[in-house]
Amino acid sequence: MLSTNQSNLFSRLHLDSLLLGQLLLLALVGVFTLYSASNESVEMTQRQLGRLALAFGVMFFFAQIPIEMLQRWSLPLFSLATLLLVAVLLIGTIGKGAQRWIDFGLFQLQPSEIMKLAVPLVLSWYFHDKPLPPWYRHLLVSALFILVPTLLILDQPDLGTALLIAISGSFVLLFAGLRWRIIAIMLLLFIPLAYLFWLYGMHDYQRMRVLMLFNPESDPLGSGYHIIQSKIAIGSGGTYGKGWLNGTQSHLDFLPERHTDFIFAVFGEEFGLFGIILLLLLYLSIVWRGLYISVMAQNTFARLLGGALSMTFLIYVIINIGMVIGLIPVVGLPLPLISYGGSSMVTLMASFGILMSIHTHRKLLTNS
Amino acid sequence: MKKKIWLIKDPQWERRLFLNRSILGGGIALLLVVVLAARLYYLQVVNHDHFSTLSANNRLTLQPLPPTRGLIFDQRGVVVAENIPSYTLEVVREQVADLEITLQVIATLIPISEDDLQRFNKEIKRKRRFDSVPLRFKLSDEEVARIAVNRHLLPGVDVHSRLVRSYPFGMLTAHSVGYVGRINEEELQQISATNYAATTHIGKLGVEKSHERYLHGKVGMQQVETNARGRIMRVIERQEPTPGENLHLNIDLELHRVAEAALGSENGALVAINPNNGAVLALVSKPSYDTNLFVNGISSQDYQRLLHAEGIPLFNRALRGRYPPGSTTKPIIGLAGLEYHQTTPNQSTFCPGWFSLEGSEHRYRDWNKYGHGSISLKRAIVESCDVYFYSLSLRLGIDQMSSYLRQFGLGLPTGIDIGDDLPGLIPDREWKRKNKKEGWYQGETLITAIGQGFTLATPLQLANATATLANNGIRFRPQVVKAMENPDTNHYSLFPNQHATPEGKVTPLTPSNLRYIQESMIEVIHGERGTARRINPNSDYRIAGKTGTSQVFTLGQQEKYVAKDLEKKLRDHALFIAYAPADDPQIAIAVIVENGGGGGSTAAPIAAAVISAYLKPISSDALDESE
Repeated sequence: MLSTNQSNLFSRLHLDSLLLGQLLLLALVGVFTLYSASNESVEMTQRQLGRLALAFGVMFFFAQIPIEMLQRWSLPLFSLATLLLVAVLLIGTIGKGAQRWIDFGLFQLQPSEIMKLAVPLVLSWYFHDKPLPPWYRHLLVSALFILVPTLLILDQPDLGTALLIAISGSFVLLFAGLRWRIIAIMLLLFIPLAYLFWLYGMHDYQRMRVLMLFNPESDPLGSGYHIIQSKIAIGSGGTYGKGWLNGTQSHLDFLPERHTDFIFAVFGEEFGLFGIILLLLLYLSIVWRGLYISVMAQNTFARLLGGALSMTFLIYVIINIGMVIGLIPVVGLPLPLISYGGSSMVTLMASFGILMSIHTHRKLLTNS
Repeated sequence: MKKKIWLIKDPQWERRLFLNRSILGGGIALLLVVVLAARLYYLQVVNHDHFSTLSANNRLTLQPLPPTRGLIFDQRGVVVAENIPSYTLEVVREQVADLEITLQVIATLIPISEDDLQRFNKEIKRKRRFDSVPLRFKLSDEEVARIAVNRHLLPGVDVHSRLVRSYPFGMLTAHSVGYVGRINEEELQQISATNYAATTHIGKLGVEKSHERYLHGKVGMQQVETNARGRIMRVIERQEPTPGENLHLNIDLELHRVAEAALGSENGALVAINPNNGAVLALVSKPSYDTNLFVNGISSQDYQRLLHAEGIPLFNRALRGRYPPGSTTKPIIGLAGLEYHQTTPNQSTFCPGWFSLEGSEHRYRDWNKYGHGSISLKRAIVESCDVYFYSLSLRLGIDQMSSYLRQFGLGLPTGIDIGDDLPGLIPDREWKRKNKKEGWYQGETLITAIGQGFTLATPLQLANATATLANNGIRFRPQVVKAMENPDTNHYSLFPNQHATPEGKVTPLTPSNLRYIQESMIEVIHGERGTARRINPNSDYRIAGKTGTSQVFTLGQQEKYVAKDLEKKLRDHALFIAYAPADDPQIAIAVIVENGGGGGSTAAPIAAAVISAYLKPISSDALDESE
């Protein structure tokens, strides 16, 4: 009875208790890791707690939005986000050498964050009434939905976010049943396209990051420093780690950006392979829960959207950890719910809110 | 036709398609996570040792700790070289917002010279951002206070206290104790890089240089944990440095003070030695300079001033000043005459006031142009008759004379423990053939007998030769440093050469002959006609000595030497050697006053003052007053 009451309560709040529990556990791990990574800064940890509260608030808000309403608002949202991206190029303020923000005086808006949601939304909306697997002509239209924002963000330049948006769009296509033939052709095309991008599309510092991946020791104090130091941190952590607050690499400042993009190295140094595997399993279980919710969804829009959002979350984790352990080039992406920082966390939690909405509004539908 | 079929949406089929793709997605997720885990296994398990080592190398640094330099005390225990805390104003670049403005603010508070600023700007470029770089040395108490009051305006600026070598009597000890200075390139090649890893200064001169290895001590080490910018976070292991040995000198600072005062404004040197063991009691050279100027790098302005100052204060006359010894060598020549049977105490020579070689018109003058008449060896020493020695030298010959002089340590380095002394010169036929490519002339034998011509000796050599005469022909190696004392254990040990086997023993030497010469030397002071009779102390000890006057330039045959008509720098050097008490010698001394005129009138009173200061124990009141 109690469990029914409880599930009723969560249902009424449009929250998925399991997903919520997983996210809260992850946020808790994140707070402890950040406390260590910030050299036990209470101030930073408090600020992060504030951000987490905001992010969970946003999640709660999105969970209340019925999925049909999201479907209706997909195209307008995408159009608005595209306009904002163009605006960023024209009037955006300079931040970290790249144009990413629009200053509204009271707050700064990062349109690329909206785009992270807008692209899967608009694609799911586009395919929801099309026959699946998609036709070529529909594919061409959907390619535009992906390429326009991707190129606009690349131009800022923000390689990480552009990549993530392209991937999240592609996942919609994948879940829409994109035929293997096309997937194979795309993968084959990827290699020459990547080479062209290397030649003409990348800035020097981006090329440097890629090269560093293969030989970080060639410039140990310059571009290779990040990778070398994070590998030392993780490698020296060993099987069980040096213990919480005992990471020497991070506490003695050898590890750069240790509370933001490279926070995984702090985790790896202090909790070792054992802790890492638990963390990876937690991430994996969240992805699987998202996929399960999508599979249980009742319409195409919800399924495509839920699947794409779940997989995008996974890609976040893979790219960040892959970069910290020297498997892929350094692209500035945070580790979800653990890295210090606000805007991308808010977007992520919004997507989890959408997943909860998909799950809980479905129940209401069946009940009525 | 087939495409038409696709137009119809089939929810059931779509659901299955999505399920398949979702399972595929979940599988991809698992695969990617496994790839990450494999890589992490490789880093954290397979290569754990490698990265652990790198991690330890990252944070652990071995740091050298400088040992405290040994102190130097004089014979009476007065500190002549010490380490005192000195205030330096230092700046940490990292903590300063605007260096330009900060420097301007500092300049309004305390004076900062161009030199300071130049050195600072050079150093701050070399050092790391968190290193403390000195801007000004030796802040006065008032300057420290002024900075302290305004500290809130000056983040990153701090007053540090460091141990700096200091010479409380720098002027008095310059030519014996010497000084330390910053290690230079050349020295860097010679020292042990490990032991000097934390040391900034090294002995440059005098005892500080010669006994560097005792004074320096042994470097300590600490293993520290540093952060990425090299700042020390904590000390993990520490091995304390071993301080250098404290040195106790034979030098008696009180004698230096007396000698300095007695020399007054004259240039010259004074060396006093204990004849019984070669202990150097005084080593004075005037003019002198303040060694403290050199400790933290002398400014080029000061250095130029010192280099070109009148009297060349940097020149150590006691060790390196080479003077014709003049008549001060006559007692040794006389002794040689007795030992080689070329004269006897009873044999007399007639002195008409000049001497000529057979078949030559050239007159070798006696200082007394009226002559001494018929004169014995004793009177020849007491009255310093030149003609007697001209005559004796012809019988002795240059080679016998030279080899006998060398047995008293003349013409060769004395082997003094602080080194740096010059050998002087005692000429002979061999030397002249080699160096002048000429044969030996008899006239040169004559002037060698009165300590002129080629003969050159340092004040140290003359003092040492006098000590040898006083000590019955037994010669020691002069020793400035007496003992060392470990500052931790207070273990006190004499230096090995002290009281060890003598450096040499004069042969042939008959006690009666030596006594005759020694008695002659006593009469120089205590005899009625002695050339130094004016210093007769009328006290409970007697002094034995010999005056000397060495020509700086040569008079023409018909010219007359009139001191007051001559320019000061052309006047004769005044010399005096002595030992006392005559019956039980405790101190042997050599004095030279450059352009001082007569040895008896100028140099002898200085020696007498030092002897008196040494033999009459000074009251404790006087000691307090002088400090």
